[in-house]
Amino acid sequence: MSIDRALREIGGELDDRFHAARGFRVLFRKIFPDHWSFLLGEIALYSFIILLLTGTFLTLFFQPSMTEVVYHGSYTHLDGVKMSQAYASTLNISFDVRGGLLMRQIHHWAADLFMAAIFAHMLRIFFTGAYRKPRETNWLIGIVLLTLGMLEGLFGYSLPDDLLSGTGLRITEGVLLSVPVVGTYLTFFLFGGPFPGNDIIPRLYVIHVLLIPALMLALITAHLFFMFHQKHTQMPGKGRTNTNVVGAPTYPYFMAKTGAFFFFTFAALALAGTFAQINPIWLYGPYTPVGISAGSQPDFYMGFLEGTLRMFPSWTWDLAGHTVPWNVLIPALVPLGLLFTGAALWPMLERWITGDKSEHHLNDRPRNAPTRTAIGLAAITFYGVFWLEGANDVIADHLDISLYVTTEIARYAIFIAPVVAYIVTKRICLGLQRKDLHLLEHGVETGIIRQLPSGEFVEQTRPLTEEEVAALDVRRPPALPAGASAREQEVPPPGLRGGLGRARLRLNKVVTETVPVEEHGDGYGHGNGHGNGHPAAERAAVASSRGEGVPDDADGSAGHGGAPAGS
Amino acid sequence: MSDPSAPQGLPDEPAEPPAARHRVIGTPPPAQARTLLGDGASGETGAGDGSPPMRRELPADPSNPVKAKRAERVVALCFILSMLASIGFIAAYVGLEVHSVDAVLRSNLALGVSMSVAFLGLAVGATVWVRRIMPTVELTEERHPMRSSPEDRAAFAETFQEGAEASQFVKRPLLRRTLIAATVPLAVAPLVLLRDMGPLPGTTLRHTVWRKGLRLLTYGANTPITSAEFSSAGGMITVIPDGYQDDPEALAQATAIIIKFQPGVLQPPTVLNWTVDNIVCYSKICTHVGCPAALYEQTTHHILCPCHQSTFDAPRGATVLFGPAPRPLPQLPLTTDSQGYLVAASDFHEPVGPSFWERG
Repeated sequence: MSIDRALREIGGELDDRFHAARGFRVLFRKIFPDHWSFLLGEIALYSFIILLLTGTFLTLFFQPSMTEVVYHGSYTHLDGVKMSQAYASTLNISFDVRGGLLMRQIHHWAADLFMAAIFAHMLRIFFTGAYRKPRETNWLIGIVLLTLGMLEGLFGYSLPDDLLSGTGLRITEGVLLSVPVVGTYLTFFLFGGPFPGNDIIPRLYVIHVLLIPALMLALITAHLFFMFHQKHTQMPGKGRTNTNVVGAPTYPYFMAKTGAFFFFTFAALALAGTFAQINPIWLYGPYTPVGISAGSQPDFYMGFLEGTLRMFPSWTWDLAGHTVPWNVLIPALVPLGLLFTGAALWPMLERWITGDKSEHHLNDRPRNAPTRTAIGLAAITFYGVFWLEGANDVIADHLDISLYVTTEIARYAIFIAPVVAYIVTKRICLGLQRKDLHLLEHGVETGIIRQLPSGEFVEQTRPLTEEEVAALDVRRPPALPAGASAREQEVPPPGLRGGLGRARLRLNKVVTETVPVEEHGDGYGHGNGHGNGHPAAERAAVASSRGEGVPDDADGSAGHGGAPAGS
Repeated sequence: MSDPSAPQGLPDEPAEPPAARHRVIGTPPPAQARTLLGDGASGETGAGDGSPPMRRELPADPSNPVKAKRAERVVALCFILSMLASIGFIAAYVGLEVHSVDAVLRSNLALGVSMSVAFLGLAVGATVWVRRIMPTVELTEERHPMRSSPEDRAAFAETFQEGAEASQFVKRPLLRRTLIAATVPLAVAPLVLLRDMGPLPGTTLRHTVWRKGLRLLTYGANTPITSAEFSSAGGMITVIPDGYQDDPEALAQATAIIIKFQPGVLQPPTVLNWTVDNIVCYSKICTHVGCPAALYEQTTHHILCPCHQSTFDAPRGATVLFGPAPRPLPQLPLTTDSQGYLVAASDFHEPVGPSFWERG
């Protein structure tokens, strides 16, 4: 009873102080749509929170100093070994602080999960087109967060000053040195002199625990605020349109669910930290520029860069007393730059190509945007080849093939595999579209064969349920640049003339390639040998919900130039 | 800018947008659900006037009371389990010492398992609570286009314009240009502050600490070595300059390897004058990005850098056979001192390690 009264009063108390009645009520009733893939971003968010929590614990004991000490701690195998204070204090955290090892391992696992979740989240956003207007800003913030996350991870695992991560820093030095003109200066300023110096760990420490986390926190806040303000996208389904959000309200549903999910994430990381050893720096030993261990692999999110460095040939220019090490410069900058810049520009590019300037709140199913999906898969393949090459020694070892053969294969695959991925993905998407169309028109095959009185056998199908129809029947005729004609023979409108215009039109044809959507679509997209004896009865009802048509080429009707566009 | 600003020359729209945005949400009556913007205000005033919400949007009771009853017990059990696990965590912290590998393993296991169970209990409990006990609801919230009404947009544009005019920024180019001129050096100034983060590179990267007569110490044992002691052909030893055992900056440049060959195997471009008894010395710092090229394959005489797999042909001047390294590993001229120990005859004749702009 008293809880009841408190609940009744708390609103008033809040309103007295914060003028909260309307705003808070809207907040409480804010709708969050459901889909498993929406959890990916939440995993990233919760991993970040767990990183802050465990990281704070670690700072209580970690000493970011490169002062040399002689170790006499609990890990007797390294007794009497000279090492930096950073390494010694990491040993101390692992062996002399209760819960220290657990926190270290959760912290490291959380970093890996954070990056993995960001990648997965980003792919979800890309493949469902959730980056489209009005969410481009959040897409860009996401890319910056991904970049910051990579740096944060690299700097973080470098802090213990162990042999493995020290090698990573050595490679970082080599990459910095390769920068033309200012490379040596950058290196000497970063390391406070020649490598390794005494400054790099303290500097990385402050960047790792203060600078980057603060930036990330600010960006994550903005990211969440925009998501909140613009309202979450939703997957197509019954009753879900571009102008609504269907789901459960924040209070109490989403709060409880997302709270539970935070604890799931934490529990998973705690289990990983308990049972799966990660970064056992005491086995690597303290850093020395003299030594290295075989099979040195960075954390998975840096493997891409390791792969690019391994794969690239040894091109170097010696020009007028100066050296330009393309063999380091290009692999360090270009592939990742291509991916990130491409990703950052893609929403704009797609908008320009398709001429689609409308808002999108209903996500695409990846198959319904075949070219986008194919580009995504090509990018994943591009990334994947480099990433695998980053572990080619392990692969060569396990598959028992020559190390050099793996690299040679990768050198070809990096050009061929993305193209193959593109083509195959696009065909698969178009095939899946046809399958959807088939389902919409003919219903689900039940496997029941019925004999008619006439003796004819017919296969029985079940019409789709409303929910199924709502999920499947969402394709829209692709938007075209204003005035662009689907027909080839007409004089193009002003925006599509000239070289750029023609390129745009051509790209448009590629990007919007899809199985035709027609009101009475029988016969379209059926080139695959399906007999179409079934009249599209259910289809007619379905199609009525679709209002939009292909934008008419009203201004394209100026006459028929016989020549192709733009000549 | 919201309320009292009406008596301006502008259309008085600025007062509207917050109201338009903070719409009442929930399941809209079917009649209103169709329109996007028009009915927003009417739905709003009802709730805004201090009167409590008219209609229940969330059912008070679970959809399936029997299931809910059962679920309640499950949830309670989960929460109790979580509570016990948390207590267990504290107990494990207090009761289990660390300070040895075995003790750490035990402590880690106890703390980790209890922590995991504590979180899992809460997670599972809360999930079952939401899914089984809370009544199932699916509400629809209207979504409005980001674009505001034309009046608002016009007013907003007007605001920009007015501000620019009032500030005189457009009208007075002198102000504008001097302001921009003032900000440029200001933006560069902080970069200058970074200058003292380290010394200038100078020619540091062109030299190592090797010099004539400096002994080679075997790394690890830190003892000098004679050519006679290193008699087993096919072996590779990492060597460091005498006196620099504890100088990481010196070692980062000067670390080298010596390899002993059968007579007649070594051939140009190895400088044979720089070898002693078929022992050759190369820089260990890979010419790619500076990892120690630490792997040596006896049968093929290949030196392999484990980082990026640059492969060097040891008997032929460590020329590059494969991989991203652009140059052979520099060779260190060797000789022996009066006591027969291996010593450097000079520094490397070229910069060791990765390429850099000034390398030439």
